[in-house]
Amino acid sequence: MEIKTDTINSLKLNKNTPIIQAKNVDVFYGYKQALDNISLDIPENKVTSLIGPSGCGKSTFLRCINRMNDLVSICRVTGEIKIFNQDIYAQEVDVVALRANVGMVFQKPNPFPKSIYENVAYGPKIHRLSSNKSDMDELVEWSLRKAGLWEEVKDRLNEVGTGLSGGQQQRLCIARAIAVKPRVILMDEPCSALDPIATAIIEELIDELRNNFSIIIVTHSMQQAARVSQRTAFFHMGNLVESGKTKNIFTSPKDERTQNYITGRIG
Amino acid sequence: MTNMFTNTSLLRKSRAAAELRFRWFGRIAIGISLAFLFIMVGSIINKGKSVLISSDIAIIIDLGPNQVDPNNINQTGFDALIKRSLRATFPEITSRSDKKKLYGLLSADMGFELQKQIIANPNLLGISQKLWFTASDDVDLLLKGSVDLTTQEGDRRISNLEINWIAKLKKSGNTRSHFNKKFFMNGDSREPELAGILSALVGSILTLSVCFFVSFPIAILAAIYLEEFAPKNKISSFIEVNINNLAAVPSIVFGLLGLALLLNVFGLPRSTPLVGGLVLSLMTLPTIIIAARASLRSVSPSIREAALGMGASPIQATFHHVVPLALPGILTGTIVGMAQALGETAPLLMIGMVAFIADVPSSIIEPATALPVQIFLWADASERAFLEKTSAAIMVLLVFLILMNLLAILLRKKFEKRF
Repeated sequence: MEIKTDTINSLKLNKNTPIIQAKNVDVFYGYKQALDNISLDIPENKVTSLIGPSGCGKSTFLRCINRMNDLVSICRVTGEIKIFNQDIYAQEVDVVALRANVGMVFQKPNPFPKSIYENVAYGPKIHRLSSNKSDMDELVEWSLRKAGLWEEVKDRLNEVGTGLSGGQQQRLCIARAIAVKPRVILMDEPCSALDPIATAIIEELIDELRNNFSIIIVTHSMQQAARVSQRTAFFHMGNLVESGKTKNIFTSPKDERTQNYITGRIG
Repeated sequence: MTNMFTNTSLLRKSRAAAELRFRWFGRIAIGISLAFLFIMVGSIINKGKSVLISSDIAIIIDLGPNQVDPNNINQTGFDALIKRSLRATFPEITSRSDKKKLYGLLSADMGFELQKQIIANPNLLGISQKLWFTASDDVDLLLKGSVDLTTQEGDRRISNLEINWIAKLKKSGNTRSHFNKKFFMNGDSREPELAGILSALVGSILTLSVCFFVSFPIAILAAIYLEEFAPKNKISSFIEVNINNLAAVPSIVFGLLGLALLLNVFGLPRSTPLVGGLVLSLMTLPTIIIAARASLRSVSPSIREAALGMGASPIQATFHHVVPLALPGILTGTIVGMAQALGETAPLLMIGMVAFIADVPSSIIEPATALPVQIFLWADASERAFLEKTSAAIMVLLVFLILMNLLAILLRKKFEKRF
């Protein structure tokens, strides 16, 4: 299926070049420092999980990657974040173009109070990704299939998205995010409002999606991080304590704080 | 064995009693407010309902060629003709003052009425026949039974003599009552039996239209900008405080502003719906802005985040998602503001809309009056018959208000269903 792509989508990276490179990132909320000198590389087409106790800054870091922090007026970000080797905090960057390439799924499912079809079609519509109705239909179906929701909703695309169950709503939000074909998907505790069955479905979905997208997921559940991610970064009190392969972090952490967190002594 | 979950302990009992007490206080409060509402509406309806009926008197009028020249109708002295006919109906009346009273049985407009009837139906000419005329206000009240006949003659506006004449006319079938079309079709008049609400109603509609078309777009844009786009700093919070203060400014102050600025500086035409609408929109603006902002603020921030996270620009997020969700609240706030403006009298007095306007205005730059001002004018009038007009005008105002609120509910339902 042919879909128009933004320039960034045609960019290829050398193998082993990280898709996101964060260097010396500091974030301040007013006078309070939320992140202290974070440097982290995120590999392409893998799932990276950010773990750590509440208030450690993992969500703040996630929101730096698509500049959602811009919405908070007192928030100030310094340092450098590069996606495809391009500085996303540079003067000339248009956040609209950035967010079209870095999708986001939020903690609480937040579908638009519109039909299921319109929910998925909204992104392609505002970014003018499809020129006609049949293209759009195809794109909506593709997105819903990718999100594992197509079979459940194909007969009621015109019903409101908010009428679905919590797990379905979250998958609808994922479908909505991937409809614009971003390269990176940010997930901010996507399963925290869902029951274990819906969570299992979403985790399975994340595992499939990593073939097409690079995923960064913030999670409170260490089991989830262990199940879905290939890489893990552990945050503590605004610092990046340790990052590496998920297996290594969970079996042989180098730092004592990581050790304490994964064994449940802090957090 | 007693049930262990029954209310036995003192604490539980006093808690239950407190709740019961509170429920009853609430019911009593609602009862009192409902009672006042019923008393108010009831007394208005009771006083105003008689306005729906008006009375006519018939007299035999000779329209022969020696009375009315068929080729030159407008040259006829119609008043004198009717007076002659009245005297012929009651030949026993001779004194000058009694004759004057006799003429007063009919509305001051009787000559015009005769002329209109003849022009509408020229076949009337040439013969002597019975024609109907609007009764004067005091006779109208008497025929509707609104005059207390047990009072002393000197305390009434109508004398025993006149009462006897009317009784005689009534007996011979020369009086009738019918639906009072004039009240809804006429403008204001010095004569209560001719005064109608139409000019004030049209004036109110024109004034409110101006008010709506000026205040709605400005208020909505201001609210959306302040809520969604303006940086949150000292300036915007200063503006916010001032908008809130503006909503609490007494309305007469806006009237003074309109007088000083719109009339004296800009030289806009006095007593017109244009100026009235502008002054009222000054008053309505803060109300709509505050309601619209509250409504925008109540839209869940997760919807904004969702749209922005998709790469929607702030203006797309606002107009595609936030505004549609806030629309029912915005519309309700707008109509509440408009309803307030509809009932406002003081600022209109200041800009001259209190003038006596008999003609129905046909544009926003013609002198007009408004419903609340008309009520004020009639309440102030000395004729007894204006009392029922006042109540009736209040009823018209209330019906107008109810219709506007109905519209608010309908719009709300319509836009809520879409999502």
